Amino acid sequence: MTQPLFKIEDLKVSIEGKQILDGVNLTINAGEIHALMGRNGTGKSTLANTLMGHPKYEITGGKIWLAGQDITELEPEERSIAGLFLAFQYPIAIPGVNVVNFLRAALKAHRGGDMPIKDFRILLKEQMNLLSMQQSFASRYVNDGFSGGEKKRLEILQMAMLNPKMVLLDETDSGLDIDALKVVAEGINRTMTKDRGVLLVTHYQRILDFVKPNFVHVMMNGKIVKSGGPELALELEKQGYDWLGKETKHENQATAN
Amino acid sequence: MSEAIDAMNNEIGDIGTDYKYGFHDKEEFVFKSQRGLSREVIENLSRMKKEPQWMLEFRLKAYEIYMEKPMPTWANTELLNEIQFDNIYYYLRPQDSEKKNWEDVPEGIRKTFDRLGIPEAERKFLAGVTAQYESEVVYHSIREDLEKLGVKFFSMDQGLQEYPEIVKKYFGTVIPPNDNKFAALNSAVWSGGSFVYVPKGVHVAIPLQAYFRINAENMGQFERTLIIADEGSSVHYIEGCTAPTYSSDSLHSAVVELIALPGAKLRYTTIQNWSKNVFNLVTKRAQAYRDATVEWVDGNLGSKLTMKYPAIYLMEPGAHGEVLSIAFSGKDQHQDAGSKIIHAAPNTTSVITSKSISKDNGRTTYRGLVKVYPNAEGCKSSVKCDALLLNEGSRSDTYPTMEIDCENVQIGHEATVSKVGDEQLFYLRSRGLSEDAAAMMIVNGFIEPFTKELPLEYAVELNRLIQLEMEGSVG
Repeated sequence: MTQPLFKIEDLKVSIEGKQILDGVNLTINAGEIHALMGRNGTGKSTLANTLMGHPKYEITGGKIWLAGQDITELEPEERSIAGLFLAFQYPIAIPGVNVVNFLRAALKAHRGGDMPIKDFRILLKEQMNLLSMQQSFASRYVNDGFSGGEKKRLEILQMAMLNPKMVLLDETDSGLDIDALKVVAEGINRTMTKDRGVLLVTHYQRILDFVKPNFVHVMMNGKIVKSGGPELALELEKQGYDWLGKETKHENQATAN
Repeated sequence: MSEAIDAMNNEIGDIGTDYKYGFHDKEEFVFKSQRGLSREVIENLSRMKKEPQWMLEFRLKAYEIYMEKPMPTWANTELLNEIQFDNIYYYLRPQDSEKKNWEDVPEGIRKTFDRLGIPEAERKFLAGVTAQYESEVVYHSIREDLEKLGVKFFSMDQGLQEYPEIVKKYFGTVIPPNDNKFAALNSAVWSGGSFVYVPKGVHVAIPLQAYFRINAENMGQFERTLIIADEGSSVHYIEGCTAPTYSSDSLHSAVVELIALPGAKLRYTTIQNWSKNVFNLVTKRAQAYRDATVEWVDGNLGSKLTMKYPAIYLMEPGAHGEVLSIAFSGKDQHQDAGSKIIHAAPNTTSVITSKSISKDNGRTTYRGLVKVYPNAEGCKSSVKCDALLLNEGSRSDTYPTMEIDCENVQIGHEATVSKVGDEQLFYLRSRGLSEDAAAMMIVNGFIEPFTKELPLEYAVELNRLIQLEMEGSVG
């Protein structure tokens, strides 16, 4: 069982003919948390959405592997059922559909059948308590009129209920005040297991004070340009991304030479 | 839009493959008129029903009006003009008299209603049932306890026989025959429908239901319903309707008159699920008196063309009206629906909520009117129309008319048109839902304000019907 949990191989992606990702490589083993950092517009969210199978993003090259299975061509729902989860940067509202019915439908799809209602309610109540969510939250419409913090908590609640193997967190820290950030980070840490992998996409160091990554990667112009340990995030915090740009340019030139 | 209305439709219908009510029985009748309408048809029908002379005169007068009135020149005139009035059977009497026990209903007809689940629903959750087959009510019952409280619930024909004075007082007062061409047609040739009278202060806690079934090809069904909720009473009336799928058209043209006397509360729920060869042109109107409430809950799924604009006249201060509707239009269908609220007195309030869904190039239209009379100070009205389109070729139009002749009022209107969003679909699919299941969930959420107002059994049935309609329709 040495195969990696999640592997991205030379992934190239276009939107409406414009290339956004230019050969991304990344391997994540079970039990590891990876942070992917970079400025806005460098392709981080494109990567997260492509990995989940958004139909708008066209894969023009490369492969995605989850637990040894090639998921490059799978539909989003097939990826979900295979154990991939994306916590969205901007979770969208589904008016008229309440949180309970939504979660029941998702769990049903994953289990291939209804969970006994009693068990479901116990599980939901427990998970909501852990995320400091009021019970009334369950009967609200999905993301409809939610504050930024409520939306991100609902993402974490879904993650906790679906119990995925591999979690993609897309800017989960954005728009959160410090208290909400702590609750969300705690939710990520609490559900982390030795069997799960996490890819945490962010452009702030802040969340990394609460969710400790094993590895940090920096993305620029649709590629991962630098990888390192947690100290890399601190360095970026101090120095910004500019020095990397120069370094990369040199590297590129070196390669070209 | 100065008239109140009703509608029809036409076009070569795609025969709905998933319409499970499209079956038909061998025709059973004790009398069937010739095709087409004439004075003789009307006289014959009235004689068979042993009606009082004034009703025959009412019919014949209405027939004259019908012949004089032109077809509507608005809405989907192309479809309207496809109706072949001379090809319709205007009166078909399926059995000699209406029955109080299902066992006494002819077997073929009884089996049809069994398949439609009516006797079962009656046992489980209804206070009374009227079952109409072709032109006549074939079965009718009401719970004894309600009968003892003085609640009158009959077929319209029997109501006329037993309570001629009440019928004469109210019949045709809310919707006079000259209101529009189809109201005149119904007034001339009406048969069946319900007569309901709820005495002062009586609350009918569980719904009364009427079910309308067309069986014969080229049938015209013209039921007539009159509901009077006396002072301080309350009642909920539900109607459902289906028909076989044929390659040629049938016509359904009902008139429904509601009267809510001071302090009464009256709700009228419709789930229209005609087959796609039925023109559905219905006039529905209510009067609400002091502090009374009238609610139309109106669901339109079937038919080729529906034209239906339930109206509420708020006659006295404190009256409140609500119209909550959904329209679901698929291939070769046009749902032209909406509502009319007339604020004829001060301090009256109204809410209109309209939801429409178009798929497979289907077409929906919201056509509405809010009118405030010059003296109607302090009125409040809010109108909300939301349309959801499931494919590129689907179409939705909104024609909200406001005639506000009074300054001191609060009127709000908002309208939205949206497509089932790619981002919504992706979000739900990323949680494991198939594309169809995701679209279904979005649609169910969209109409949730409607379904939550239905009794549970009907909400479940509606969701199931929409699920059948929705299969494979995203794109």
